[in-house]
Formats: sequence, structure tokens, C-alpha cells
Amino acid sequence: MNSVGEECTDMKREYDQCFNRWFAEKFLKGEGSGDPCTELFQRYRLCVQKAIKDKDIPVDGVEFMGPNKDKPDGDGS
Amino acid sequence: MVKYFLGTNVMKSSWDQVIAAFWKRYPNPYSKHVLSEDVLYREVTPDNKLLTRKLLTKTNRLPHWAERFFPSNVTRAVYIIEDSIVDPVTRTLTTFTWNINHAKVMSVEERCIYCENPENGNWTNVKREAWISSKVLGFTRPIQEFGLARFRSNVTKAIKGYEYILTKMQDDALLKTLVETAKDATGKAKETALAARDRAKGLANKTTTTKKQQYL
Repeated sequence: MNSVGEECTDMKREYDQCFNRWFAEKFLKGEGSGDPCTELFQRYRLCVQKAIKDKDIPVDGVEFMGPNKDKPDGDGS
Repeated sequence: MVKYFLGTNVMKSSWDQVIAAFWKRYPNPYSKHVLSEDVLYREVTPDNKLLTRKLLTKTNRLPHWAERFFPSNVTRAVYIIEDSIVDPVTRTLTTFTWNINHAKVMSVEERCIYCENPENGNWTNVKREAWISSKVLGFTRPIQEFGLARFRSNVTKAIKGYEYILTKMQDDALLKTLVETAKDATGKAKETALAARDRAKGLANKTTTTKKQQYL
């Protein structure tokens, strides 16, 4: 899949590949310590951050799971 | 008033498979409206949950009557944040997804919870809720109706996309097994051939020795 910054797509694919392997082979099996993809992520993230700034995408100050906070609890069905 | 959507889907794949597919679901033949996908943030918490924030860009096709709410100089793409929490202990994936631009015209907020099907551990339940609202005076109702219809159509696409990716993952795994089995068989055949050659050599040597002895 493409990155929002065209120039970041190759870095993204490299990182995604690393992450998917780690996720299936380590994280889901409970061996979550030590993420081997940190360096690839940092490099890719710098590229995306620049693209987001250039395109004026309003991601700043958005709280994690933000709007979920004022929704009724989803655990009950 | 906000439009509310609630639906549950059963996917005939295990939670592990569905969660792996969750990260690999774009692109697929049903995701033509998704233009880009990026990871903005990722963290494993001390209690071993995986938090991820993604940024997605999607197209924003509108019915003719709604075009007036988007001046031509304004970017038409919709920017979407998808936050997610994977808990490998309770085997739950919770996602919250919402648009961060054009939100006054139409805001779509979606929460999905993926967990194991209680009756069949090889299946996965997806509970999906959505809240659709608009702040355009006088047009709130038709915009929300349109938003809900488009949301439903995108849910169908999302499910088809998952099915496509899950089948592809299974095919890839099967292919890998077949290749490994074939490699294994080739290896064994080579070993057998080598052993046979050695034995034949041994026999030949014996024969020569015997023959030599006869001449003596």
C-alpha cells in the first residue's frame, strides 16, 4: 500500500514487512520484548512526518482513541 | 441527532489469522477508495498491549446535491485516523476510526471489536458500531442518510477485502508448505541417489578386486 508521501512508500513497505513478521512470530506468541523494527520505523516516520506537514494534514493534538471516550462502553453486547 | 449503526459479522478464520490480516488488508480489490495508509505511532505497553495509530487517506465521492458543501479549492481527500489496541491475553482487537477533516459536513466514527467466537474457537466475531453526524444546517438529515448508506457499502467492501486477504494468506502458507515438502523430497532423493552410487561403487570395487584376484 502507498504512503501519503510518495517518497516514503519504499521505507513503509520495508518497515511493514519487518513488523508483520515480528507481530505474527513474536508478539502474538507472548514474546513481545525487543522490537527489531525500531530503526526502520524511525526512518520511515521522519519521512511521513515531513509529508504530513507539507500537506497540512491536521493530525496534531488528536488524543489516542479520542472520540471513543464519550461513547458508551462497547464491551456489553 | 446522530445516526447509529450496529452490526456483528462472523469471520470463518481464527483470531490470529484475522489479526494478521488486519495489518495486511490494503490494498485489495475492494479497497479502491483507500488511497494511502501509514503508521504514525506504535508502542508496546508495559502490560504487553500493542497500540497503533494509522493515517488513512480515502476518496470522497459525493452525490451531485452534496457537491455544494465542498468548494473546488478545498482538498477532496478525507483524512482518517485509525487507533487500535491489540490485547494478546484477552485476545481482543479494538479499533476506533474517524475522519479528521470535513468533519462539520459529515463525521463518521467507527468502533470495532474483534474477538474469538465463543462457540467456535476457529472463528472470529467482529462487532461494529458507528456514529454518523452532520452539522450542515438544513441538510443534516440527507447527509446523514447518505453517510449511513455509504458506510454500509464500505462495510461490505471491508468484509470482502478481509476474505480476499485471508484466502491469499492461506494460499501463500500452503504454497510455502508445498515448496518445503518438495525441497525435502528432492533432498531425500539426492541422499538416496548418493547412497546408491556409493553402494554401487563399493560393489564395483569388490568385483574388480575379485577379478584381479582371479588373474593372479
